Amino acid sequence: MLELKNVSKTFNPGTINAKTALCGLDLTLNDGDFVTVIGGNGAGKSTMLNAIAGAFDIDGGSISIDGVDITRQSEHKRAAMIGRVFQDPMMGTAPTMTIEENLALAARRGRRRTLAWGIRKSERELYRARLAELGLGLEERMTSRAGLLSGGQRQALTLLMASLVKPKLLLLDEHTAALDPATAARVLELSDEIVSENHLTTLMVTHNMRDAIEHGNRLIMMNEGRIVLDISGEEKRRLTVDTLLAKFSRAAGEDLLTDRVLIGA
Amino acid sequence: MEFLQSMINSLPGVLGQGLIWGLMAMGVYITFRILDVADLTVDGTLGFGGAVCVLLTLNGVNVWLATLIAMLAGMLAGLVTGLFHTKCGIPAILAGILTQLALYSINLRVMGWGTTAGTQATLAISVDKYDLILSSRFVRDLGGNIWQNPIIVMLPITAVVVAILWWYFKTEHGSALRATGANLQMARAQGINTASATVVGLMISNGMVGLAGALLAQYQGSSSVDMGRGAIVIGLAAVIIGEVLLRGRGKVLTGLIGCTIGSIIYYFVIQIVLRLGLGTNDLKLFTALIVALFLAIPYWKGKAAAARKRSAVSKEEKNNARA
Ligand SMILES: Nc1ncnc2c1ncn2[C@@H]1O[C@H](COP(=O)(O)OP(=O)(O)OP(=O)(O)O)[C@@H](O)[C@H]1O
Ligand SMILES: [Mg+2]
Repeated sequence: MLELKNVSKTFNPGTINAKTALCGLDLTLNDGDFVTVIGGNGAGKSTMLNAIAGAFDIDGGSISIDGVDITRQSEHKRAAMIGRVFQDPMMGTAPTMTIEENLALAARRGRRRTLAWGIRKSERELYRARLAELGLGLEERMTSRAGLLSGGQRQALTLLMASLVKPKLLLLDEHTAALDPATAARVLELSDEIVSENHLTTLMVTHNMRDAIEHGNRLIMMNEGRIVLDISGEEKRRLTVDTLLAKFSRAAGEDLLTDRVLIGA
Repeated sequence: MEFLQSMINSLPGVLGQGLIWGLMAMGVYITFRILDVADLTVDGTLGFGGAVCVLLTLNGVNVWLATLIAMLAGMLAGLVTGLFHTKCGIPAILAGILTQLALYSINLRVMGWGTTAGTQATLAISVDKYDLILSSRFVRDLGGNIWQNPIIVMLPITAVVVAILWWYFKTEHGSALRATGANLQMARAQGINTASATVVGLMISNGMVGLAGALLAQYQGSSSVDMGRGAIVIGLAAVIIGEVLLRGRGKVLTGLIGCTIGSIIYYFVIQIVLRLGLGTNDLKLFTALIVALFLAIPYWKGKAAAARKRSAVSKEEKNNARA
């Protein structure tokens, strides 16, 4: 369903700050795959997700979703197919707009925005129900501004916004990293629910080895702009943190101890 | 007592001028607050609207139609700035300055249309000869010319404009524009074409300024190439005064009404300082300082809050060390 072929990206090419973030990356996702992505800082995980979302032009290679080449498509066009939650809780919502307005914006993802009223009465009922499912009491605060929410509440809202119009692909980039452990666990649980309810094809970046192992049906590990490990099926189910670390250091040829530190296992 | 009397005498003028500049301030509000772009086109657009309106009216076009066309002319100026910014990658502030500069020449040409020189710095229009929408001459007139009294005319115009803008920003289209200003990243992720939203925002904003320019030229009885100099700062002053008074950041309706109220108060304050002996030539200095002060206050407040927090923490640490 998602296919990356030989994708490469160098930031600031031709300068002393040149940085090759993606280097001949190949990846194919099947329908309904829930893939967790791990790798040290600067491995290129975010860059890969941003390349898929269209935040910048890639230097080489191609990206397609369901057989449609989207390599040259603008970010807002692709958004029709892609739902995203970012690491920074500030990034996913419009702080000066109300919760229901944010949801109404998300409900129109991929549609032409007309001069019709921005939010209809019937929608409010739907939003109230969906917010109630989050279990955070947000359904009682639909007309408060999103900027007043805590980080965890915002991530939950962003998650709901990303899935309100069912995306073909869901991109989660360390979306629990800025949250306290309890909130992070709750948001992760919500992510699982939303993904399985809607059978979403998902890429989830995480620095937490255990989360990467416990969630999804497939795990990939990145290093220096490439995928160095790709584990799925029975092997993924049997995976433990220790075997994963051993595999990683073999694949990356790096020191186990620094990997442990980097990945926070 | 005499001072008070002269202040009261100046009130109608303050109201008339304030209401017209309120429309201009709404334009500034749309870019500066809603779209989060500093657009300097408006200094040129105000004169452009005035020049277009006066030229057309002098040439026999119905004054309402001429005013409408002046608004469209303003939108065209906004379009140019928007395209400079989104299609040519020029930073918004510079794109605005470029259009503003270009408009200076264009305004001279517009006002000099049909003259032998081809350019002209002012263009007068007399309310005696032309059936203008309003004129400063009738600002106290509640008799025969009441329907050209700026206050009487501007109140419904302002109400209609506020209603239309408020409606627009509540539509799907307008919401997308607000989202673009609130969080560019999020807007794109929600499938909003942020480039076109930015262009549309600049067009609406400059359309408002063009409209204000047309009305201002009629009010004064002339348009001039300098009439928009520093307009952005006056607009900002009105926006900020409105916000401080109504404590309304974020709510579009409050923001728009605040523009008009802020603008009236701005002109009221200007009258006071003029009467206290400040020269007209020093007005721009005064306005610039006031705006700088009001823009600085939230920043200082933030710094002070941070410093308080720091000192509270260090006090606690000291106490802990002692314990
Ligand atoms: N916009 C950019 N401009 C310049 N360099 C960039 C940019 N974005 C990423 N990079 C560089 O590309 C490399 C990969 O970055 P990326 O953000 O993809 O890493 P990551 O795997 O997401 O790391 P982390 O775990 O820290 O989030 C890094 O060396 C980074 O410095
Ligand atoms: Mg990252």
